[in-house]
Amino acid sequence: MEVQFKEKKAYMHSGALKKIFAGEGTLIIILAVLFVVLSIVSSSFLTLNNLSNLVRQTAITGVVSIGMTFVIISGGIDLSVGSVVGFSGIFATILMKSGMDMMLAIVISVVLSSLIGLVNGFLIHDGKVPPFIATMGMMAIVRGAIMLMSGARMIAGLPKAFTNFAQTSILFMPSLFFIWLVIILIAAFITRWTTFGRNVYAVGSNVEAARLSGISIRATLYKTYILSAFTSAVAGILMTSRLGNGIPTGGQSYEMEAIAAAVLGGASLSGAEGTILGTVLGAIIMATLRNGGNLLGVNPFILDISIGALIIIAVLIDQNARGRK
Amino acid sequence: MSEFGNELIRMENIHKSFPGVKALKGVNFSLREGEVHGLVGENGAGKSTLIKILTGAYQKDEGEIYINGKQVEIKNPIQAKKLGIGAVYQDITLAPHLSVGENFFLGKLPKKNNLIDWNRIHKTTSEILKELDIDVNPRTLVKDLTVAQQEMVMIAKTVYENARIIIFDEPTALLANEETEELFRLIRTLKENKIGVIYISHRLEEIFTICDTVTVMKDGAWVNTLPVERINQDELISMMVGRSMEDMYFIKHPERGEKVLEVKNLTKEPRFRDISFDLHRGEILGLFGLVGSGRTDVVRCIFGADPYDSGEIRINGEKVEIRSPLDGIRHGISLLPEDRKKQGLALALTVSVNTNLASYNMISRWGIINLRKEKKRAEKYVSELSIKTPSILQRVRNLSGGNQQKVVISKWLCRDSRIFIFDEPTVGVDVGAKGEIYKLFEKILSEGNSIIIISSYLPEVMGLADRIVVMREGRCTGILNREEFDDEKILRYATVAT
Repeated sequence: MEVQFKEKKAYMHSGALKKIFAGEGTLIIILAVLFVVLSIVSSSFLTLNNLSNLVRQTAITGVVSIGMTFVIISGGIDLSVGSVVGFSGIFATILMKSGMDMMLAIVISVVLSSLIGLVNGFLIHDGKVPPFIATMGMMAIVRGAIMLMSGARMIAGLPKAFTNFAQTSILFMPSLFFIWLVIILIAAFITRWTTFGRNVYAVGSNVEAARLSGISIRATLYKTYILSAFTSAVAGILMTSRLGNGIPTGGQSYEMEAIAAAVLGGASLSGAEGTILGTVLGAIIMATLRNGGNLLGVNPFILDISIGALIIIAVLIDQNARGRK
Repeated sequence: MSEFGNELIRMENIHKSFPGVKALKGVNFSLREGEVHGLVGENGAGKSTLIKILTGAYQKDEGEIYINGKQVEIKNPIQAKKLGIGAVYQDITLAPHLSVGENFFLGKLPKKNNLIDWNRIHKTTSEILKELDIDVNPRTLVKDLTVAQQEMVMIAKTVYENARIIIFDEPTALLANEETEELFRLIRTLKENKIGVIYISHRLEEIFTICDTVTVMKDGAWVNTLPVERINQDELISMMVGRSMEDMYFIKHPERGEKVLEVKNLTKEPRFRDISFDLHRGEILGLFGLVGSGRTDVVRCIFGADPYDSGEIRINGEKVEIRSPLDGIRHGISLLPEDRKKQGLALALTVSVNTNLASYNMISRWGIINLRKEKKRAEKYVSELSIKTPSILQRVRNLSGGNQQKVVISKWLCRDSRIFIFDEPTVGVDVGAKGEIYKLFEKILSEGNSIIIISSYLPEVMGLADRIVVMREGRCTGILNREEFDDEKILRYATVAT
């Protein structure tokens, strides 16, 4: 019995451990090095205040990148996430301002925003529209809808309970980070332990082989894009809480951040590669660089250029290492 | 041997090692002008390593190479090309969206007054194609050609690039029987032009048809080189593996039981029409025909991969509607597709995932997988089918063809299927692995299941099947019982319009 249990644990971890030290190990090392260097070079880096801020900033786009990871693994891409973030935020704001109960407003907004994912899934699977085009179109449509709903103006006057949330902590962690953590754990569970998780990888690797193995491509793609929209919707709520007002331009460029985090974390745009842990590390590394850059007074534009270059170099190295196999 | 010309290639004492394995152990090989020299051996025997050294893809560790009598070092593929060495592989390296002419001049389009000289391109290409008797219009886009035509164009291109030595690696894998004849005619033309041909194939009867000489390799070593007329197929196989071919197809057939599958008047215009046949428990039904006769289309419809127009399918006597792969699977049907890489496997994923791919619902509850069962199943089949892989977490793309095929088979064994449909299961699989796959058929039958096998390889179908259904251009032209098996008769059903 004892041996069986150990074996079981070993298996569940050995696969994971091996994987970690293959791909994500490099990322962990990079992150560790960054932390060490920055704490030496800047006295304010390793403070509770700074780290809480870093984590709060990352959490919002971090949540979006979790859903994006699934989409990329499936071999697709979702450019509409930024707009869904904005939509969910504005819609919830409008509902709350009309007097609706806060929690109800949030739930309705998230559910409605997730349906945008359903539309994406339908266009992509049934309409056979390439994901890039379908989600790009939705990005424009949804952003247009946001502008219509909000009159292109900031909406103030949100309930205090709502706007305070972003500043609170749960179990000694900033609430924003806590929510992100919960989503990370659920997503990681899905990728390792569920049939749906396996199906996403299978579809990303070879759609026809997956179909001929009896996997429902429709169900898998619908769920994937709905998941992406869902995480974006949640991020929209968090963002609005942090900003304190309903901002119609909220969420713009979030798709870029999300894609960058996933790709830095090892996801491949041709599908079937990528892990939740990798994406999370990718997001944190980028956020740490920005945070460090700010503390050191580096010109923010130079920072942008550097991060862009970093992403390209990271993928370059990864592709060439892969190509050898 | 006097009909051959000057010596083109002489390789002496070639050694090559890779980390952990000695691929070539002092191999000798030679080729003369006008000689068609076959190279046979199991996967792993060293054939492709030897060839890759000739084409410059690998560097030898030791030994000498002489081309046209002069000692050379072939450092890279460009040098090999300059020495007149050309190769035609199974994967066709033409640009599909460009025309035949453009492909011929890829990288060196001739110009006239700084504009592309299309006239010259088409004229030159036409001449070359005509010389080799290939009936293809140089303006046609490569993707619009049949696979056989694409291969012919590849050969023509290689010849045009002044190859004096052409290496063919499994050239007939994608060709139909009559197209193979075309290929052989082309090779004979090459012979007349004093080109030396190296011919690698697992289809031994081809070696006997087209080759003058044959070299056998085994485990990285040279075994023998003989004129083809001095040896027969059994002896050749014995040299390759130490086993006779007759044995290979001999598997135990259990007693034939009741009908498990009845196909009645299945039709899907324009692919096939009025196909009817039965399958019994414990039976292997061979589905034979030329490429394009509609066999794959029929089985895909039975499985549910494609929709059909009309007709009836009965499983165990009951009429069923099969509209998707999931339907087929639920009724106990498995399909091993012809193109295992494109349709049978998720190459980027592991042996473990691919093995369980069609049956996760059997080891999960509410969508949550029992990881221990996932692992156990993969290990079970790796062991039972002798799949050569360092671990079940190895990505399938790193396995050899035969082992990849075994993974696809494991996928369906996990499913408790009753009817196994194998579409060209041993293409590109070496003799040793073939034998193992046939033994697997025996096991499948012994457990009360049935097999439909599509094969274009007549000896295989005749050796394995209890009955053969022959198709031609979408129609069923004959159904024969084992006692009636006759190769001429079967080929006639497959090729001649009734």
